[in-house]
Amino acid sequence: MTPQQIAERATTEPRWIRWTLIALALAFLALFVGLPLAAVFVSALSKGWAVYFAAITEPVAWAAIKLTLLTAAIAVPLNLVFGVAAAWAIAKFEFRGKQVLITLIDLPFSVSPVVSGLIYVLIFGLQGWLGPWLQDHDITIIFAVPGIVLATVFVTFPFVARELIPLMIAQGTEEEEAALTLGASGWQTFWRVTVPNIKWGLLYGVILCNARAMGEFGAVSVVSGHIRGLTNTMTLHVEILYNEYQTAAAFAVASLLTLLALVTLAAKSAVEWRVRQQLKAARHSHDEDLLT
Amino acid sequence: MKISVQNLTKPFGAFTALNDINLEVRSGELLALLGPSGCGKTTLLRILSGLEFADTGHILFDGEDATTQNVRARKVGFVFQHYALFRHMTVFENIAFGLRVRRTGRPSRRDIHARVEELLKLVKLETLASRFPSQLSGGQRQRVALARALAVEPRVLLLDEPFGALDAKVRQELRRWLRRLHDEVHITSVFVTHDQEEALEVADRVVVMNKGQIEQVGTPEEVYHHPASPFVCDFLGNVNLFECRIHYGQAYVHDVPFELHNAPPQDAQHAYVYVRPHQLDIQRELGGPNSLPASVRLVNTAGAQVDVELLTEWGQIVHARISHDRHRAVRPQVGQTLFIATKEMKVFHA
Repeated sequence: MTPQQIAERATTEPRWIRWTLIALALAFLALFVGLPLAAVFVSALSKGWAVYFAAITEPVAWAAIKLTLLTAAIAVPLNLVFGVAAAWAIAKFEFRGKQVLITLIDLPFSVSPVVSGLIYVLIFGLQGWLGPWLQDHDITIIFAVPGIVLATVFVTFPFVARELIPLMIAQGTEEEEAALTLGASGWQTFWRVTVPNIKWGLLYGVILCNARAMGEFGAVSVVSGHIRGLTNTMTLHVEILYNEYQTAAAFAVASLLTLLALVTLAAKSAVEWRVRQQLKAARHSHDEDLLT
Repeated sequence: MKISVQNLTKPFGAFTALNDINLEVRSGELLALLGPSGCGKTTLLRILSGLEFADTGHILFDGEDATTQNVRARKVGFVFQHYALFRHMTVFENIAFGLRVRRTGRPSRRDIHARVEELLKLVKLETLASRFPSQLSGGQRQRVALARALAVEPRVLLLDEPFGALDAKVRQELRRWLRRLHDEVHITSVFVTHDQEEALEVADRVVVMNKGQIEQVGTPEEVYHHPASPFVCDFLGNVNLFECRIHYGQAYVHDVPFELHNAPPQDAQHAYVYVRPHQLDIQRELGGPNSLPASVRLVNTAGAQVDVELLTEWGQIVHARISHDRHRAVRPQVGQTLFIATKEMKVFHA
């Protein structure tokens, strides 16, 4: 018997407990995840494919989809750059206030999205700090696309940084230093050494960031103003349709977001596996050095 | 290339990592920076490389001021303690990296290929060119790191604890190999180590460091046989330390007179006699001066020489290392009282 088998025996429950626990977990999942997921698609198609396609191709819906894509197209690259920069600073340098920076990066996770939206209204709204100045210069941020983008950027900025920080800390700075001693410039070091080492973690962060950017509701709802065809994102459009008792249409648009979630989930699992390999490799090579 | 280090000081907050270091590295030599951890040896190496900078002092490469030059401009080869191989590149690509990133005078594809092949041969890894670092043993990784550093034809080779992460046997093989390689390539090299045996075996000259300062610089023979300070004496191999007083050129260890062979030091109430285990002999009879009674506590014959641990009358443990021939002649038994005698010793004032 291998030591692993012995260890398994020591910590394994009797069969009936195991099966009960598994059944409980599955039942819970079916009730709270599987059923609603099915309901989305069933409701979306309750009035047939024609209504479904009409709901997602009508101009207002189409405008909402485009706005959502635009918002994500701005927020994700911005947070990609920010995330890499922040993780780089935290993992590779020692400086005062590092803990404060890490805490600040987590702030959007701990603050309610509604509050995140309100912050922007307080700053850029008509009655806000910068409101009069912005009005004088004919710039609208709140109840317009810039506000939606800003709120989304704020809500989604931890994703990439959070993913990269542990990975980059585990990998350390020696490879970058080695590249520099071999005559590589800062850019060459970044592109040829750092990026290949973090690419899977980076992709994982981007996937999560994108999912949140497209699915954000609370913060966007506060700053949007709900102007149909102009400042409605997909999530807000779903809410409006639902409130107007257009259930089938609401679920049709919602089903697009659900599909996005499923694709994200699949991509996430695939990438997650690669990240684990990378992290394991980084830790492993490190441990090996410490052991021998 | 010759390196001069002048008045180098590097504090880290309240801690002084290097304190007014002056050092000459001669062209073509293999120099060891030896000291316990935290003595500043790695900091000195990193400052030589340009990965870190000193607060005050100067570094001259062949008489030219390199103090403010960055790591790229200095053209040094650096071998990291944990190798720092690029994990996503093959052995071949690792070695070729320094040539591929060159902005000016980048060699052609064919030249790069030829150069890498040549280096692979030098470090005896021709068959492993397409492996990734994770598929190599520690010793192989170390050799890749060395080949990678040599690929850019550095002016100096700097090695940080080059054998620190290897097991004892590979370590010994690899350090002999490094010595031979250095005799072939003749590049000015500086390596950091905390292992005195390694420094004494491999280096042309040894710099012994302690608490941010240089204690002694010299050939392995010089630092081993003529330690300049109690620290050097203590750090380079095992040593027995006897408290003594010095009176009219004679040392008294618990009233046993010791003749001093070197120029007798000044009188002192507190001084120390340092004797290495192999400088002690064990005798059955009291042998005149420099002879102390002690009881045998342990005898270990498993080795090239025999280690004997004894206890003096005042309760001090003394280690002696004698030849097997001598062991057969004296036949020390545990519990038996014998006499330890010494001819060579080193005396330092407290």
